Amino acid sequence: MSDTHETHASAHGGGPFIAAIDQGTTSSRCIVFDKDGRIVAVDQKEHEQILPKPGWVEHDAAEIWTNVQQVVSGAMEKAGITKQDVLALGITNQRETTLLWEKATGKPVHNAIVWQDTRTDALCKELGRNVGQDRFRRETGLPLASYFAGPKIRWLLDNVDGLRERAEKGEILFGTMDSWVIWNLTGGPNGGRHVTDVTNASRTMLMNLHTMSWDEKICSSLGIPMALLPEIRSSAEVYGEATGDLAGLPVASALGDQQAALFGQTCFEEGEAKSTYGTGTFLLMNTGHEPVNSYNGLLTTVGYRIGDQEPVFALEGSIAVTGSLVQWMRDQMGLINSAAEIETLASSVEDNGGAYFVPAFSGLFAPYWRSDARGVIAGLTRYVTKAHLARAVLEATAWQTREIVDAMQKDSEVELSSLKVDGGMTANNLLMQTISDVLDAPVVRPMVAETTCLGAAYAAGLAVGFWSDTDELRANWKRAAEWTPRMDADTREREYRNWLKAVERTMGWIEEEN
Amino acid sequence: MARTIQSLERAAAVLRLLAGGERRLGLSEIATALDLAKGTAHGLIRTLQQEGFIEQDAATGRYQLGAELLRLGNSYLDVHELRARALVWTDDLARSSGESVYLGVLHQQGVLIVHHVFRPDDSRQVLEVGAMQPLHSTALGKVLTAYDPVALSEALDGERQAFTERTVTGEDGLEAALELTRGRGWASDVEETWDGLASVAAPIHDRRAMPVGAVGITGAVERVCEGEDLRPLLVAAVRDTARAVSRDLGARRF
Repeated sequence: MSDTHETHASAHGGGPFIAAIDQGTTSSRCIVFDKDGRIVAVDQKEHEQILPKPGWVEHDAAEIWTNVQQVVSGAMEKAGITKQDVLALGITNQRETTLLWEKATGKPVHNAIVWQDTRTDALCKELGRNVGQDRFRRETGLPLASYFAGPKIRWLLDNVDGLRERAEKGEILFGTMDSWVIWNLTGGPNGGRHVTDVTNASRTMLMNLHTMSWDEKICSSLGIPMALLPEIRSSAEVYGEATGDLAGLPVASALGDQQAALFGQTCFEEGEAKSTYGTGTFLLMNTGHEPVNSYNGLLTTVGYRIGDQEPVFALEGSIAVTGSLVQWMRDQMGLINSAAEIETLASSVEDNGGAYFVPAFSGLFAPYWRSDARGVIAGLTRYVTKAHLARAVLEATAWQTREIVDAMQKDSEVELSSLKVDGGMTANNLLMQTISDVLDAPVVRPMVAETTCLGAAYAAGLAVGFWSDTDELRANWKRAAEWTPRMDADTREREYRNWLKAVERTMGWIEEEN
Repeated sequence: MARTIQSLERAAAVLRLLAGGERRLGLSEIATALDLAKGTAHGLIRTLQQEGFIEQDAATGRYQLGAELLRLGNSYLDVHELRARALVWTDDLARSSGESVYLGVLHQQGVLIVHHVFRPDDSRQVLEVGAMQPLHSTALGKVLTAYDPVALSEALDGERQAFTERTVTGEDGLEAALELTRGRGWASDVEETWDGLASVAAPIHDRRAMPVGAVGITGAVERVCEGEDLRPLLVAAVRDTARAVSRDLGARRF
């Protein structure tokens, strides 16, 4: 896709530009943006997924750093520009992926443990003691779950020979991928800045949301020496200047990927929300300057913090199975040849024919959190065809969105005015219409699909004065499409009731967990 | 009965021989089974192979039916696949042109709009996906009619309504417009369908150079035209987009 952006580059004038690095789960990318927020060039490189055991997922951090350097120079080359044309570098990253490395050499002491890795499941149960998974929720906004970085650090300290002693002596540094990239960009062992931003820090389970600093008590409960931890900074400020090939370039933003998408979608007002529809789906809602406790199974997290301004908080809900359900229909069921065909098949009928599909493949997540649930197709009769099932597949994503939005509204007492969407599934017109129908709210797609990188670029551009304020960024946001509700209230209520009945039928399938 | 062509009959026999299950045969087996000289059989096989109807297994050197044969029965491009592939490019076109973008395919006697990107000016706009446009007067319709023989027969046989004073309804006029479209690779509609609006469109081709759709922009005639002519930069942007989508379809189909 980068090649034609090159041919368009002439239309972008002479710059200057902002380069954003997206250090993601499967690849690292760099996108160069112009002042209007348009893409000038893209470069991307995948890295190896290391799977040592079932449930374990690791990355080679040295490979990632090499790839990051390559995609930055690759993107600038494709744009036909040099570092003199770039005002700042921004960073967004896969969240929670955990790395420990030697301060003196920059050598990782172990592969990075990826957010999906479940090796800390048992450790998390143990850490919950008699309180359970909400032991640290009040301070951190998070339940004790294997995703978050804190328990992963503990696992490394327990399992890599001699590491705890070295960590206590201050020879070892911890970082999520933002910290790793910034430390290396700014000099590595030769004076690299050991920092992280508030959004990434809020996913470690070690940061107190009320003080925005590391929580000593939690660190000691988890057995993590504080000497390991980076300094917590805002999401948009100059952390330092790059060295090496990029010498002199300010490194000026860091945001976890979902928070970066919230920023790229310019959800700067309380109550504004974005939903990224990919393999899974992540919904974040801006809740303003106070962290909102969730009693409905959502996460409380930092949305962003610009320089020394007040931090902005968010509620987060995720849906485990959305795009992957369409893939399942294609690969496991063979009912369609390509993901896009789900819409063709679903459009061949008027409704779901009475069928409901709850894809609780590995349990129910927000807002239920039931690991004993498994997937169900309910309401089958002889009348139901594969087209009705295709429709039920799309409706499953829509109803799950509705459940998370309902939970957010309950927790925050803020009504959702419209939902901003991005991600691959926004190409599915019927799905977007269905989401609007079941939410009874407009669904809006922006013109730049790459909202994650754009968010990192925006934050970096704000830090160096390329953009003056968030109002200017908002003016860059252009509506590419909008779906408005067409479903009547009676139908919506009836369908929602049926969906909830189907959800009920998934629960308690697994009788005993081993 | 009219004369039949022997080499086609023989090619059909080769395909029939390979049809069904996991059948793989060597050159001499095919030649023997069909009672052909090895050289003749080889010529047939090579030609079928070039067309993708037969494939040769690299390890054994044996022949089997090719993927192209399977595609023949199921070769139409899913319009939702087309939209998914076009999404990035059409967003960029709306941004660079400042106008709304439409993607259309032939459907019955008209153009079915399968994708629509709003004009980037924050004005209130309604998604027009699913709407129909006429073949003979719109830029999208003229592109489809110029490149797709099925569209051409629909446009020639169908009723050609006059929407404005400038609508061309006569057969000769239409043929001339299509000739012009094929010659320059794009079509226009300057107030031929809607007063005050002008459009530019270009064809999208799949990897076998079949016309699968058309992409174009529509906007106020004062913005899209310069005097009587269409702005060259807008024409270039539309054609770039059509080429980019075509390339995307050709490079990786599934």
